[in-house]
Amino acid sequence: MSTLVTLPVLLPILGAALTVLAARSARTQRLIGIVVLAAVSVVAAVLLVAADRTGPVVAELGGWPAPVGIVLVADRLSALLLLISTVVTLAVLVYAIGQRISDYGRETASTTFHPIFLLLSTGVSLAYLTGDLFSLFVAFEIMLAASYVLITRRTNASRIRSGMTYVIISLTSSLLFLTTIALVYAATGTVNLADLAGRVAALPEGLRTLLSMLTIVTFGIKAAMVPLHFWLPDSYPNAPAPVTALFAGLLTKVGVYALLRTQTLVFPGTGPSTVLLVLAVLTMVVGALGALAQDDLNRLLSFLLVSHIGFMLFGLAVYDARGAGGTALYIVHHITVQATLFLVSGLITRRTGTVSIDAMGGLARRSPALAVLFAVPALTLAGIPPTSGFVAKLALLQAGATGGAATAVVAGFVVLASLLTLYAMVRVWVRVFWGTEKEPLPDPDPTDELVVGTARASRPMYAATVALVAVSTAIAVAAGPLSAITEQAGADLMARTPYIEAVLG
Amino acid sequence: MSNREPVPFAQWDEPEGEWTLPGACPVRSNRTLMLEAAARFLFPTVLVFSVYLLIVGHYAPGGGFPGGLVAGLAFVLRYIAGGESEGAEIGSRFVVRPPVLMGLGLLVAVVSALAPAAFGAPVLASAKVSFDIPLIGTVDLVSSLLIDIGVYLLIIGVVLDLLRSLGSGIERDAREAAGEEAGP
Repeated sequence: MSTLVTLPVLLPILGAALTVLAARSARTQRLIGIVVLAAVSVVAAVLLVAADRTGPVVAELGGWPAPVGIVLVADRLSALLLLISTVVTLAVLVYAIGQRISDYGRETASTTFHPIFLLLSTGVSLAYLTGDLFSLFVAFEIMLAASYVLITRRTNASRIRSGMTYVIISLTSSLLFLTTIALVYAATGTVNLADLAGRVAALPEGLRTLLSMLTIVTFGIKAAMVPLHFWLPDSYPNAPAPVTALFAGLLTKVGVYALLRTQTLVFPGTGPSTVLLVLAVLTMVVGALGALAQDDLNRLLSFLLVSHIGFMLFGLAVYDARGAGGTALYIVHHITVQATLFLVSGLITRRTGTVSIDAMGGLARRSPALAVLFAVPALTLAGIPPTSGFVAKLALLQAGATGGAATAVVAGFVVLASLLTLYAMVRVWVRVFWGTEKEPLPDPDPTDELVVGTARASRPMYAATVALVAVSTAIAVAAGPLSAITEQAGADLMARTPYIEAVLG
Repeated sequence: MSNREPVPFAQWDEPEGEWTLPGACPVRSNRTLMLEAAARFLFPTVLVFSVYLLIVGHYAPGGGFPGGLVAGLAFVLRYIAGGESEGAEIGSRFVVRPPVLMGLGLLVAVVSALAPAAFGAPVLASAKVSFDIPLIGTVDLVSSLLIDIGVYLLIIGVVLDLLRSLGSGIERDAREAAGEEAGP
């Protein structure tokens, strides 16, 4: 069983190596990518079942026991997030392959895309599974290094500029992360998370708060928490649709996961955290209001992404089993729906030739299928019953209502931000799909993959988007068993002992 | 179906020949005899040293990463000495494409990380074999050396790719730009 935990990390690297070697055969590269991600999904599902039945599955790398060696841990939370992330990654890969085929034909190979894509998946898997603060840094670096390549591939001058913002912000946060690890190691003499849980408690109050705040800032940058969010709406919309979908779906959520893990395991609090509650309100409101001011469809979705990071922070800030479980459920829901929305946005811009909402109109008549494909995830994001968004928000609101006066007030902001999301989505719907029909615009720059004019969308692109909508529906259908798992995961996070005992024995 | 050209894959990724120092360089002012002569001596020496670093890495300072970097530096030296002369692009001549080296290195490393699992040991576990070699003494070979070899190949591949894209690639772009200006 313990070998199985290493596979989500090692299989994508293996796939990356094989796709580099198979650089001349586009077909082989595509096959390798899909097979590897499908295999990792299966492994993640097995790990989830095992973690749910018998507790966390631990792999000691090289046979070195913790805290000396590096451990990979799959508990309920990490196995669940790993599963949903890999499924979304697989769908995005299929979409990207479809886009490649419809733009360049079937037989063109790419030396970089497939290996880098798989390496990104390695980084995400390692971030979920690692039980070690330094490996978490390595995971972030793998993920970010791959994302630098993906965001600046086939680019032009203006996209290089926004790519630079992204790279510089990410490097800054990495530097901060490394500094934090150094401070943690200097103070405690260990970087193993389970070992830290015991040793940090013995530190003086002031030092503990400092380290805790440093991790909040570090992961806050990665998660795009207001006021550290400014880079996100500037950089994400400037990548091709599948890349944006992958980044929006996964990368920020990995930041939230790291925050959730460290704040519950290493720096446990006793009640609702005022700092996090304030940050959650700011993130929800600023993101939602920002979205209302946008004309660019992708920028609008990026601001909504920021806003919904606030929802997850709120669940964490409540600081009980319900809140943490609600956050876990919300991450699962949001990874799926946000990636779907960006993929649909990619399909829309291929129909209209522009990302400007003002320049679109009457699309529902021309492509009713697209209208349905947009409506379902849009309503899911807003949290209309009976979608997965409703289920996830309900879990958060219940946690807020039972958490005390302060959390109940913030729960009101959750409702407000949901309404603003709904308003933003309805506004997009009315202006893009209703109204007078507008002619599609021609491709402004044929060498750039960002806006591709009226290029056709091939079948895999639609299939991948529909599959993600189906996954999101499945989350709503399976809400019962799923929320049972996330509630249990939240209880595990708060109890801390299952994780610590599994790692330290 | 598509309004775009397929990616001209073979144009820049084709192996162009062998690694050689310039046999006949028409522009004499571009050559430095001292560096060329030194490079001829240093190139094999540095490569041997890099292999030494690779092997001692398990117990002493060294390993696949530094070894690969040192080997890469040998190629950098050779590129600087051979440089670019008209018609003979020394820096871009490879028998093996650098991505193949990278892929092979990554493959060797991952497979040797996974291999212990086939024998029932934890992933990344290592085994040790000792040899008694006359004149040298006891030599310990550790199975994790395979991972180091993978990293070694990977790093050489990266350095060669950098030489190709940021070395000769930039010079070629500059030459093409100059040619366009001079042309009609």
